[in-house]
Amino acid sequence: MKNMETKTGINWLQINWLRYASPKTFYPLAGKLIPWCATCAVLLIVYGLYLGLFVAPTDFQQGEGYRIIFVHVPAAWFSMFLYLLMAMYAGLGLVLNARLSYMMATAIAPTGAMFTLVALVTGSLWGKPMWGAWWVWDARLTSELILLFLYIGYFSLQAAIDDKNRADKASAVLALVGAINVPIIYFSVKWWNTLHQGASVSLMNAPAMAAVMLKGMLIMAIGFWLYSIAVILVRVRCEIVERDSKTTMFRQD
Amino acid sequence: MPKELSTFSVLYRILARDIKVALRRQSDVMAVFFFFIIAASLFPLGSSADPKLLSAMAPSVLWVTALLSCMLSLSRMYSSDHADGTLEQMMLSNQPTVLVVLMKILAHWVLSGLPLVFVAPLIGLQFNLSSAELQLLAISLLMGTLTLSLIGSIGAALTLGVHGTGVLIAILVLPLYIPVLVFGAGAVNAVSIGMNPNGALSLLGTVLAMALVFAPLGSAAALKIALE
Amino acid sequence: MQWHNVDEFLAMGGYGFYVWGSFGVTFAAMALELWLLNKRRQRVTQIVKQEAI
Repeated sequence: MKNMETKTGINWLQINWLRYASPKTFYPLAGKLIPWCATCAVLLIVYGLYLGLFVAPTDFQQGEGYRIIFVHVPAAWFSMFLYLLMAMYAGLGLVLNARLSYMMATAIAPTGAMFTLVALVTGSLWGKPMWGAWWVWDARLTSELILLFLYIGYFSLQAAIDDKNRADKASAVLALVGAINVPIIYFSVKWWNTLHQGASVSLMNAPAMAAVMLKGMLIMAIGFWLYSIAVILVRVRCEIVERDSKTTMFRQD
Repeated sequence: MPKELSTFSVLYRILARDIKVALRRQSDVMAVFFFFIIAASLFPLGSSADPKLLSAMAPSVLWVTALLSCMLSLSRMYSSDHADGTLEQMMLSNQPTVLVVLMKILAHWVLSGLPLVFVAPLIGLQFNLSSAELQLLAISLLMGTLTLSLIGSIGAALTLGVHGTGVLIAILVLPLYIPVLVFGAGAVNAVSIGMNPNGALSLLGTVLAMALVFAPLGSAAALKIALE
Repeated sequence: MQWHNVDEFLAMGGYGFYVWGSFGVTFAAMALELWLLNKRRQRVTQIVKQEAI
């Protein structure tokens, strides 16, 4: 905003137009997509729940306890996937200096963090009957915990910087650094786990997956994906209005 | 017309100046050093004096303490130069920002990481570590603390001029430090349980190499954003 | 269909607390997110209305 004041009138108009054009065309497009995504998300999640809770057979090793995977595994997938997607938008924002990309990154983060928390809690709920403890330093759960820390860092940095433009860029750099680190962290935790002989039963490889189990899990995952898209689009629309209304207020005085 | 300085001599001057300025404010450098010694000495008092227990937890205790000590001095990495305008001058010089940043990182390492490499084995004696373990502790800290300075500089650059920097840096940087901790303490642990530590050390080296490539780039980008 | 009656379905072979706890937590978290987002959306709609005038 400070930059705008110092620029000449013509330049100011030009920059304004370029910066606002894409959020402006994006806003109604997102509005049209949201109901479709939301409807499909509800239908798929309901169908996935039906498959997971009624159709899928009992696991011979873990009994009915394995049914937690129908929410745990999709949540864990999207906690990681959304972090990488957020970093991708952040990187795109830095390269193209596109405001909409930063807004997307900002909008993705809360949903990603929510799924991380869900994956942690459901993992722990699975661990209690299977491992006999609420928390075991299993490679997967530990990585998920560190991922939550990365999300917390992203939020903290954004909250600490008052200048929106700088907050966008700085948190984008952090998201990229985090994304480079995610595979290294995962590998290091796995390595550490083998050194110290951690939990041998894992949530993922334990059940011999029947086709219907896999189908239920995939359908839940697609449902979660559409849910994420719908939620993220609503949040981006809020973000667009909130930021632009602040700028118009700024313009008036 | 003033003589044009070569890149190398400019970079050397930046490094030398940083160290000189820091040594003039000795209390800052010593504080990190003493923090490490005092914090590490607290652990036996908080658990027990059992030599077996102490030597089992020594790698993690010393590594975590080293990690926290390195982190404590991060917020000063760029902020004092930022406050008096030196940082802008350095960025405006015709040297690549990445190299300037690398020099600042090296200076930070020499002042807060390197001293720990020498004092950690002494503290390790208090924890009943064998000479092989002490040796690996020093080697892993030598590689690890440089990596910590490299990764930490991104956090320092991102939070430059932000309120409540200290805690914020901790939140940003500590999760990124995890692989260094895992492989660094892992190397010492490997020796303790009679395994070959070379695997852990080469992984630590890999992380160092990656940090050497990416951290100065990330820090330079973060500094440009902070000074915009 | 895996179940013979409602009790069996709710008991989940003894894992009832953990299975229903997991599903409950998941959908509670999603509902909370939707609720918070809806509050924010209502605030934003207010802004849009005000600026349209």
